[in-house]
Amino acid sequence: MSAPALAARGLRPGLALAPVARIRLWTALAAVTGWELLAWSGLLYRGVVPPIEQVLVALVALVADADLYPNMLATGYEVLLGFAIATIVGVAGGLGLGASRLLHEAAEPYMDALASAPKIVFLPIAMLFFGLGMESKIALGALSGIFPILLNTMAGVGALPTIYGRVGQSLHLSRRQTALKIYIPALRRPIVTGLRLGLGVCIVGILLSEIKLSKIGLGHLAADAYSHFRIAELYAVLILIFLLASLANLSLTLLLRRR
Amino acid sequence: MNRERLAPLYGLLGVALLAALLEAIVDAGWVSPLILPPPSSLPAAFAKLWREDLLLQPILASVAQSVAATGLAALVGLPAGYLLWRRPVIGEAYEPWLGAAFAAPIILLYPLFLVIFGRGYATTIFVGFLSGVIPVILKTREGLIGVPPVLLDVGRSLHMGELQMIRRIALPAAAPGIFTGLRLALIYALVNIVGLEFLIDFGGLGRVVSDMYFRYEIPAMYAAILLVVLVSLVLLQGLRRLERRLRPQ
Repeated sequence: MSAPALAARGLRPGLALAPVARIRLWTALAAVTGWELLAWSGLLYRGVVPPIEQVLVALVALVADADLYPNMLATGYEVLLGFAIATIVGVAGGLGLGASRLLHEAAEPYMDALASAPKIVFLPIAMLFFGLGMESKIALGALSGIFPILLNTMAGVGALPTIYGRVGQSLHLSRRQTALKIYIPALRRPIVTGLRLGLGVCIVGILLSEIKLSKIGLGHLAADAYSHFRIAELYAVLILIFLLASLANLSLTLLLRRR
Repeated sequence: MNRERLAPLYGLLGVALLAALLEAIVDAGWVSPLILPPPSSLPAAFAKLWREDLLLQPILASVAQSVAATGLAALVGLPAGYLLWRRPVIGEAYEPWLGAAFAAPIILLYPLFLVIFGRGYATTIFVGFLSGVIPVILKTREGLIGVPPVLLDVGRSLHMGELQMIRRIALPAAAPGIFTGLRLALIYALVNIVGLEFLIDFGGLGRVVSDMYFRYEIPAMYAAILLVVLVSLVLLQGLRRLERRLRPQ
């Protein structure tokens, strides 16, 4: 950071970066130490807070276990399908609802209402319609993911300056050309934002459904570890889930990056 | 101007059309009423929930938990946000972590909290607290950063003590940002708490949904889900309106 930038934040140059890194390092060390103390102190019921070594051992055992991979694939498949459905419905819906100002304003309160509700409560409806298998989890993932995508697309369409349409008219572009050359590129950023948010909530929705409907998948592994009180394994599964979700988000970001 | 009055009507019309469509689909026998009860059965379902004390009481339970969680979030988050502002180095150090945590799905960690706190209000309120404390910290710091420095200079030139500065200058000036943080905290707490209630079969609204499903009382289940959506909406809109009214100018 430059000297004026540092001064604006009340920091002296030459001193600033080291303290930030130092604070983070000490915080991390304190957290680890506190954790280990809590784990070994016996303050909480045995096994509830496993020492870090146990978690790491469990993580290694998890990755080495052949049982992990069918579950991982199942979750991956559900996320892929759920996200694909959410993307198609969300973008199409957003374009449709955003195109007409009247439709946009009419639908907005209902969209807001559904968006602000926890989607997991719709799981029983999905189970009624699709049974207890993968389909209901995919449906819930799709339902969760639709809202960020649809709302962002709708907002993007609403924010399109009318002059864009007039440019197309003055150049005598056909409807298809206008859509392809003017509108779609202009909608790129809001749609991409929606997709990234949508993937996140889609993954969470599917994992929560798997925990509740525990039969296969990473969520099922977590629920299984929990029900057998294998807490170190539970932590390991959650860490793995977090890593995989981060990987998925990173992949999407790279995929959607401007070339 | 005309559109503003027309839009809500169109919205209601759309909902009415949807309800009529669903009614027709079930009546025609295309979908079993066991899976999708006809919308006409909803009023009776709501009445049933009311009779069994499963309407007002669960709403109050969920909202009360959210308020408690938000209160705790304010208790911890406001001083933390202040500290992160007062000591910019600490703020710089933790802000990215908090930003990342804000986007992270806290609720996924619920089995861990279940193990530590058991299947009770401690878990739900703790999850609500975690969901809420992060926006409070971030928005408090943001609000304080947005205070015009000249106001703080006035305080310093009047030789105000730290507490006086907080009470008379920093807090009132940062109030809009702080209120936004509290509003976000309440909403996120409610959403996560209701979701968790559904997952662990305990508590207010979420538990009613789960119970109705297990008792196979499907119309009541749909009614409960609708109730969840309504409560979320009412709270969200109510808080937004309140914020707009409290903000000066």
